[in-house]
Formats: sequence, structure tokens, C-alpha cells
Amino acid sequence: MTWAALIALCVISYGLKAVGPVLVGGRELGPQLRQTLDLVAVPLLAALILLQTTAVGHHLVFDERVPALGVAGVLVWRKAPFLVVVLAAAATAALLRAVA
Amino acid sequence: MAATVATAPSRTLTGAAGIGIAVGVYGVSFGVLAVAAGLSPAQACVMSMLVFTGASQFAFVGVLAGGGGVLAAMAPAVMLALRNTAYGLSVAPLLTGPLRRRAVEAQLVIDETTAMARAEDDPRAARRAFLATGVSVWLCWNAGTLAGALLGGGLGDPRAFGLDAMFPAAFLALLAPQLRRPGAPVAAVAGAIIAVAVLPFAPAGVPVVAALAGVVPGVLVARGVRP
Repeated sequence: MTWAALIALCVISYGLKAVGPVLVGGRELGPQLRQTLDLVAVPLLAALILLQTTAVGHHLVFDERVPALGVAGVLVWRKAPFLVVVLAAAATAALLRAVA
Repeated sequence: MAATVATAPSRTLTGAAGIGIAVGVYGVSFGVLAVAAGLSPAQACVMSMLVFTGASQFAFVGVLAGGGGVLAAMAPAVMLALRNTAYGLSVAPLLTGPLRRRAVEAQLVIDETTAMARAEDDPRAARRAFLATGVSVWLCWNAGTLAGALLGGGLGDPRAFGLDAMFPAAFLALLAPQLRRPGAPVAAVAGAIIAVAVLPFAPAGVPVVAALAGVVPGVLVARGVRP
């Protein structure tokens, strides 16, 4: 039963991923559709950033992740290299947790 | 569009490797949790290779660990995987190879690869970022899962190292350059508001998918229509 569910999940998750690349990929798209697709990732990433920083289950919680994202935000604004941004965020959260 | 600036391949590779390492550590914790929830190491590894969507996989084993059945575990896993359809549509114009190649590349469509690709203006640089990140994350996620499934517990909580704070920071760094596009700031703010608004009552995964509606005001603004 577990194997069957597992295989079903593999098929479903691949199918969900493949809709765009298989059906749309490689085609010439109109400028309006291109513009829309260019924006698709933006609200999803914004939601992901916000929820990964503040959500626990169905609630918003302000913990060590929030100042960590603040540090990351300042570094992004100062055009710091990507790895510096990510490591600084981890270090901030780890430090605050160690102190707490 | 303004003059496009492509990130140097070496910087793309560094970024892809960095994301891969962070994901790999989470792969270890996934392997540990999966085995603790009752999956065999083989099942955990097949899941990481073929499902290859971290959030869905954690949700699946989380329900099993909480005593739920496999069917109950499927629902949140599928909900969380839904956003990959939007990501797949977003990166589809970049994937211009033959069908067989696109069918393989589709497996790499996840948060990290879409964010890395979409942070690039130049299509070739974007394709390079997508593939480099996809291969790096796939290898690290699976190596981590195998290690976690075989080693079991006793590796410590990744939160103590602040690893959970790495992902939003990475996505922020990757979202920032995209905000220069017309309508993108509006789409980002609308997406965030929608996600928070539905969070209290929507099942896991739905808030991020619902945020997709933020594209609508973004496109309207980009076309010069004031909503």
C-alpha cells in the first residue's frame, strides 16, 4: 500500500511539473502571454518568503527567522554575494537561538 | 526591457552549489524523518529521486508519522506540489530543447530552480542557472536522503544551525532582481497579502498556490491599466 501511494505520488508530482515544459516549452509565445509567464514566479516566491519566515501551521509567528530575513534584506539591498546573504541569515538565526 | 546583464557562469555555479548544500542538509533530515515515520530506506530514496519536491515529501512523511494513512498523506503532498505547475509554466519558455529533453528537465522544476532561473534576464543565463541548480539540488537532496535514511537520528536539529532561515533568505536574494520588471512589485505584494489572508483556514500548500492570483494585478499594472 505504501509503495502504491508512493508511486502514485511520483506520477502526480511529475505530471504537475511537466505541464509547462512538455506542452508549452519550445513554442513561440505571444508577448502578452510571455509577460504573464514572466511574472508567475514573483507572487509565489513572495508568498514563500513570507510564510517560510513567519508561518507555523496556520499561524504567523515572529521568531528568530524574522531578524534573519531582515539581515538578508539589508545584504541584498547592499548587493552582497548570494552565498553571503544565505550564510548571514543562517548565522543570525543560529546565534539568536543559541543566546535564547 | 533594460540592457540585460547575465551572471557569469562561475557565479551561477557557486550559487547552485550553495543552494545544493543547504538542500542536502535538509535531505538528511528528510531521510531521518522518513525512516522514523515507517518508510524503508529504499522508499525514502525512491521518493527523493522521483517525487523530488521537498515540501511535499516532508508533508507526506509528517502525516504518516502522526499516525495518518497513506491516502491522508497524499492530499497535502499533492497540494504542495501544485505550485510546481505554475513554476513549470514560468520556466517553460526557457526550455527550448526537443521534447525528450524537456521531459527530463521537467523533473527539475521546483522552488529553487525556478527562482535561480527567473533571477536572470538573459534567457541563456537563465537556462544555465536552471540546469546547474537542478542538477546540484537533485544530487545533494538524494545524497542527503540516503545518508539520513541509513544513519537515522542523532544528527541534531537543523534549526539549531539556522538552516530554516537560509531558504527565505535565498528566495529573497533571487526575487529581488525580478522586482525590476514592470508590475512585479505589485504582483509580489499582492501574492504575499493573499497568502497571509488564506493561511488561517487553507490546508498546507494552498496559501502559496493562491498567491498565484497576484499575477493579475501585476499584469494589469504592467499593461498600464490602473486597477
